[in-house]
Amino acid sequence: MSKPLRQPWAGPLGLYHPGTSVLHRCPPGAKLAGLAVAGIAVSLARGPVSAFVALAVAVLAQLVSRVPWHRTTRGLLGTLVAVSLVGLYQWWLRGWAAGFEVVLDIVALVLLATIVTATTRADALLEVLARLARPLRHVGLSPETFALACGLFLRTIPVLVQTSLEARDAARARGLERSPRAVLVPSAVRMVAHARATGDALAARGLGED
Amino acid sequence: MIELDDVLVTAFSPDPAGDADRVVRLLGPVRLRLTERRIAVIGANGSGKSTLARLLNGLVLPASGSVRVDGLDTAVDGRAVRRRVGFVFTNPDAQIVMPTPLEDVALSLRRLPLTADERDAAARAALARFGLADRAEVPAHVLSGGQRQLLALASVLAVEPAILVCDEPTTLLDLRWRTVVDDLLDGLDQQVVVVTHDLDAAARADRVLVVDDGRIVHDGEPVEAIAHYRALMTALRA
Repeated sequence: MSKPLRQPWAGPLGLYHPGTSVLHRCPPGAKLAGLAVAGIAVSLARGPVSAFVALAVAVLAQLVSRVPWHRTTRGLLGTLVAVSLVGLYQWWLRGWAAGFEVVLDIVALVLLATIVTATTRADALLEVLARLARPLRHVGLSPETFALACGLFLRTIPVLVQTSLEARDAARARGLERSPRAVLVPSAVRMVAHARATGDALAARGLGED
Repeated sequence: MIELDDVLVTAFSPDPAGDADRVVRLLGPVRLRLTERRIAVIGANGSGKSTLARLLNGLVLPASGSVRVDGLDTAVDGRAVRRRVGFVFTNPDAQIVMPTPLEDVALSLRRLPLTADERDAAARAALARFGLADRAEVPAHVLSGGQRQLLALASVLAVEPAILVCDEPTTLLDLRWRTVVDDLLDGLDQQVVVVTHDLDAAARADRVLVVDDGRIVHDGEPVEAIAHYRALMTALRA
């Protein structure tokens, strides 16, 4: 017997999870500012102790948000694999303390970013991003378009995952599971087609024309 | 009212005989006045139906001639035309831009002068109208194909366009969802132009256009138009 099927992963930044926690009620601008401050602090602080503190803060934020653990940890698994390789490299290069620091810093920041997106509606995030991007008007870029591009990025991650899984299944069905080309080429072609179709759909909805 | 005057749509196509691309005719010349509330467009794959639909909100511009919607030329007033003409695609995945249904409908509403609370309430009302109230905050990619198409419709209709153009909106749906979408389209107040392979849906229209090889080869009542289309397909098979 196999396990029940799971929906495809929605991406490392997660998706909004409805709730009434303090973090859900916190203004989106404050959450983004907090995330930026955390990023700067983590970059400036040195040593594994500060990295452990950063991770503890992220875990505390997770508990306060009351977002189910599986919503955030599922996305973290892929990050952990990549970060572990980076950590091993740092260990070899600069010692175990640097290796741990890199791993914990990145995991803490990804967890914090996931909590921000899980407790903030994309619409509210777009509002803040459009406000922050107002100076871009001076270089001829519409803040609304900038914010829309960020929203599209969030939406595209699960589509990309789904497309890759379908291409992998199609390759398997043809007995080509060992051929990376049989997965990568159709995935790339379909994503380009998806991008063009999305462009058409945005134009049809009159979005990004301001 | 939608008016097409001597519209011709062309495209570059690789020429197997030479190095340079050649220009081919995709559609036209077309001269139409569309005033009926329900208009269906039927025809074989590649006949020019989607090109005709895309002309109506300026997604495709004519090489010559003009397309006007309530007096607005799609080549000149494209933005204003798109605010009047909503467009629904075959595949809703390309049309759903935001992570959740509530956010996607809210995105459409951003162009209206609403506060965040008003926008949220309007988005929830639009989703409720399409039976998606309880799916408002789930990830859009976990919705069924039928629900995703309803969401695409809700996002387009939330801003209440005067005209709705649908390019094969039920082609990817099973019978149940096809019926749901067809019933919704039938009940709309807007003028609706539907490109479809579903002859039952076409039979309910006020007027049916049959497109073949880039030309409108029949334009009239559903019964005669569908009979014409069937004869055309039979002749192709023979």
